[in-house]
Amino acid sequence: MTGKSTAHSIVEPSALSKGIAGTLVIVYALVTLVPLLWIVATGFKTPDDSIAYPPKLMFEPSLEGYVNLFTIRTRQTPDFIASLPPATAWYDKLVRSRNMVIAGPSKVVPRFLNSLIIAFGSTFLAVFLGTLSAYAFSRFKIPLADDLLFFILSTRMMPPIAVAIPIYLMYRELGLSDTRLGMILLYTAVNVSLAVWLLKGFIDEIPREYEEAAMIDGYGRLHAFFKVVLPQATTGIAATAIFCMIFAWNEYAFAVLLTSGDAQTMPPFIPFIIGEGGQDWPAVAAATTVFLIPIVCFTVLLRKHLLRGITFGAVRK
Amino acid sequence: MSESSAKATIAERMAGSTPTVLARRMRTISDRSVAWLFIAPTILLLLAINIFPLIWTIYLSFTNYKANRPNAKILGVGTTYYSDILSDPDIWYSMQATAHFVFWTVVLETVIGFGLAHLINRKFRGHGLWTTVILLPMMLSPAVVGNFWKFLFEPQIGLVNNAVSFLTGIDPSSFQMLGEVRLAPWAIVIVDVWMWTPYVMLICLAGLRSIPAYIYEAAEVDRASPLRQFWSITLPMTLPFIMLAVLFRGIENFKMFDLINLLTSGGPGSTTEVASITLKRAAFESWRTGYSSAFAIILFVTVFGLANIYVKALNRVKQR
Repeated sequence: MTGKSTAHSIVEPSALSKGIAGTLVIVYALVTLVPLLWIVATGFKTPDDSIAYPPKLMFEPSLEGYVNLFTIRTRQTPDFIASLPPATAWYDKLVRSRNMVIAGPSKVVPRFLNSLIIAFGSTFLAVFLGTLSAYAFSRFKIPLADDLLFFILSTRMMPPIAVAIPIYLMYRELGLSDTRLGMILLYTAVNVSLAVWLLKGFIDEIPREYEEAAMIDGYGRLHAFFKVVLPQATTGIAATAIFCMIFAWNEYAFAVLLTSGDAQTMPPFIPFIIGEGGQDWPAVAAATTVFLIPIVCFTVLLRKHLLRGITFGAVRK
Repeated sequence: MSESSAKATIAERMAGSTPTVLARRMRTISDRSVAWLFIAPTILLLLAINIFPLIWTIYLSFTNYKANRPNAKILGVGTTYYSDILSDPDIWYSMQATAHFVFWTVVLETVIGFGLAHLINRKFRGHGLWTTVILLPMMLSPAVVGNFWKFLFEPQIGLVNNAVSFLTGIDPSSFQMLGEVRLAPWAIVIVDVWMWTPYVMLICLAGLRSIPAYIYEAAEVDRASPLRQFWSITLPMTLPFIMLAVLFRGIENFKMFDLINLLTSGGPGSTTEVASITLKRAAFESWRTGYSSAFAIILFVTVFGLANIYVKALNRVKQR
């Protein structure tokens, strides 16, 4: 396809082939973006608009989905609503215009907090344990090091449901069912394999000479680790932490089987946001939008390390 | 079995060495002790949350234990469940559904992903920005996004049905992507391909970028045609990367649960009941804990065995 070539750079693609490639890639990107844009748009539709036939591309934006997401409402007679003191807040007015009254906050905020606490807690633990192990695997001669590393990786090959059966029984015995601590420990165990493999790659890239120089200057091994290696590994640790966080944030299989109330996270909660007569799609879309935004930001931040993260450090750029 | 017991003794040795290590003054800690001190917590956690449950699962698979009747007497049933599972036509149907899903997702993701990587590698203006846009779906929660695809697949009002209707003129309420036996297996393939093609694309792109330019320059000098260059340089040199992507996608899709559970929950009937869904139904709906443990072990051995054979093949390709 690179038909014409010049003397200077014979492998540089021609302008025409670049143009065609660019167009095809952009078309693909736009097509795959449509479902995501549809989610965001549905969040700003009224329930009637969201299920209109044919689907509405243009619509009057409404915050009803977001109001429904954060509140529980009860249907009342118009007479009852007329007997109430006049609504002051805009969301009260919006709800009353549908012949409903706000009965209280929904569970979305506690579920969101669970997601945050479990994601942060498990990420911190996994990265902490992973950094220590990765350093040891990177710098010391450890008997059976390859076998141990493979063992750590192989724990990721089990289907989550297979792991969930005994964990369910074990947690029931230990009183860890449906607790944040239980979920944090479980996600830490899943993430630590990723953390060890990724961080080993990052630490391998830091020259040993730095610590050796520090140790000649009288630093102990641990001192050299904290003062020399850790600061050098900051980028790698940050990238690893974001990968662990994304996993814990997105995880569904363990969450749906092992939590039902107190410790439930967002992924098993969102599908059960229901309105009158089935799923309240604008509220589901609103929840999905709120839930996805942090990940979109992280993806942009992580661009350079994505490849490493998704292949457990097997491929580096 | 001997392997896991060997690992247990290693962990014991490490656990045993910890207190004495801490007792000594920090400065005099030997490298050997630091190494064990650093590795032990990770190994202990994995033993507690992965290996111990695995051994427990193996034990349960030989008993008639039911998790919803914890006080009932536990009886050993030998290998009954294993032989039951291997001769159960429903299980084989489930394995066929899994094979259909894994095969088509991996093939489509590899072909589209490699094609995209090849196009992006032309380095047109703005390729960095568009690459990031393409990568977005794979970072999102499969459960949350899968749930929303259910809305996109709604008959009549759904975006997918209306897009198909716009392009072909079929009535948008005349077919149900998730509700029809002939379409549902393809609906889950479509969503998985939408989500995970970027993954394969990213790995292939790394492979294409690892090929040094001088090889193409030499080929140009030798007047090799573009097609010849593709078959003799591009494809063989990216093959290890493609195979790695296939390995990761294969394992992940073999275990696939979240996307399918939310899209179809295995339905209609059991058309899209892949292995993980069968396992969930047996373990958490019929509460046949012993039976589902045996199935879990069979699945794990299958993934582990296939992955090991595949990695050997991958290493052979790399060495060439």
